[in-house]
Amino acid sequence: MSKLVSFFGQKVKVINLGIPSFAEDLKKQGVEVMHTEWRPPAGGNKKIQALLAKVEAWQSKVKAGKGAR
Amino acid sequence: MLIDIQEANAKALAAIQAAQPIIKGIDTAINVVPGMKKNLILHAGPPITWAKMSGPLKGAVIGGLIYEGLAANPAEAEKLAASSQIEYSPWHEHDGVGPMAGVATASMPVWIVENKTNGRKTFCTLNEGLGKVLRYGAFSDEVITRLKWMEKTLAPVLKAAIPLAAEINLKNMIAQALQMGDEVHNRNKAATSMLIRELAAAITKTSFSQEEKARVLEFMHSNDHFFLNLSMPAAKVMLQAAEWIEGSTIVTTMCRNGTEFGIRVAGLKDRWFTGPAQIVQGLLFPGFEEKDCNPDIGDSAITETCGLGGFSMAAAPAIVKFVGGTVSDAMNFTRKMYEITDGESQSFQIPAMDFRGSPTGINLLKVCEKNILPQINTGIAHKDAGVGQVGAGLVNPPMKCFEDALEAYVEKYCQN
Repeated sequence: MSKLVSFFGQKVKVINLGIPSFAEDLKKQGVEVMHTEWRPPAGGNKKIQALLAKVEAWQSKVKAGKGAR
Repeated sequence: MLIDIQEANAKALAAIQAAQPIIKGIDTAINVVPGMKKNLILHAGPPITWAKMSGPLKGAVIGGLIYEGLAANPAEAEKLAASSQIEYSPWHEHDGVGPMAGVATASMPVWIVENKTNGRKTFCTLNEGLGKVLRYGAFSDEVITRLKWMEKTLAPVLKAAIPLAAEINLKNMIAQALQMGDEVHNRNKAATSMLIRELAAAITKTSFSQEEKARVLEFMHSNDHFFLNLSMPAAKVMLQAAEWIEGSTIVTTMCRNGTEFGIRVAGLKDRWFTGPAQIVQGLLFPGFEEKDCNPDIGDSAITETCGLGGFSMAAAPAIVKFVGGTVSDAMNFTRKMYEITDGESQSFQIPAMDFRGSPTGINLLKVCEKNILPQINTGIAHKDAGVGQVGAGLVNPPMKCFEDALEAYVEKYCQN
């Protein structure tokens, strides 16, 4: 409990992932914030995600096969 | 199949980097372009039928048939164009490229660009200038008269001059142009100037009349885009070096026919993946509105495919006055393109980015995974045949091309 109290007593430093406007709003309030660009893989497109997963699985097999030679 | 994608792509990128495009000469299309014949019309972009062509492409076909002497007037040309007597094929399937509508017929003169590293050749017509020109779908008498002058005077003079000049290495010239504010898609001012500098003395040494030689130099000088028809085949011949490396996910072609955008991928030999051509957002000439604009058209996106054009916009800040946006947009476009490419050009450097090599080797997998589309800058054609250019701007390919290519890649390689 004391840790939680001391946490709220500290100056807040924020790492923002994804939506830049969240970081901008915090900056306007004087909060120290670092923005990191992040997007869901394939922009959230499930079909492309599934296709990329197949490529990744194939490449894992290829690399394992090469290692076994 | 035991193919390591990283290795396949490294091989493709190394082949692109090793290419050395030079100006080999000029000849008539039917003499040098593979598969060219009298009733064949080459066009920009992926395959398309007459019925599906947009206004500027139809206009350029009409002009091409009149120029070739196959039709006496636009009405006759339109009838012939819709008949089975005329065949259509993409420039890209004949080792060449064409800006905007990209129409080429048998009698047109073409640049011959050779990759000295592997001996392969690429072809492209000569640039007509801006405004009412065939490549924007214009076919009036002034357009045909200019094309005839290009065939009878411009091409023969340049053809005679090229062997009298020192060998022109286009890769070196493009590298230099990037140091001088060009990105060689929509800004070719420095490259055109350098080309004139290399050829001027040789032109004066030819046996043509003073008047003809002067007119050739004046024509080149009056057209800042004259070099575009060399930057395009140079980019094409560099990318040809990556065709068709098994397993590679490097994109070797991006092009548009005014109706569809098409891509091809090194590891998916000859296959086209298409989606609807997009509307270009940009600056329009006075008197024109967005409703006048044709969707994206032309093979000139081959420059972006090779890491030039929109990918090198950080090298050409002045271009934003022509295509729209701000200088920081131009810088950001280039920065973003590093996220979807596998390498950086060893030749094309960007001064404003501490001479970092331009983003080169678009990786299909990165485009799909990061959901970042290639950035293209381009001219805008009027949607109606015969009008010409109405502006210039920025555009992206449709994601569908990349999604379909990824699906085909998985089908070909990832089944076991």
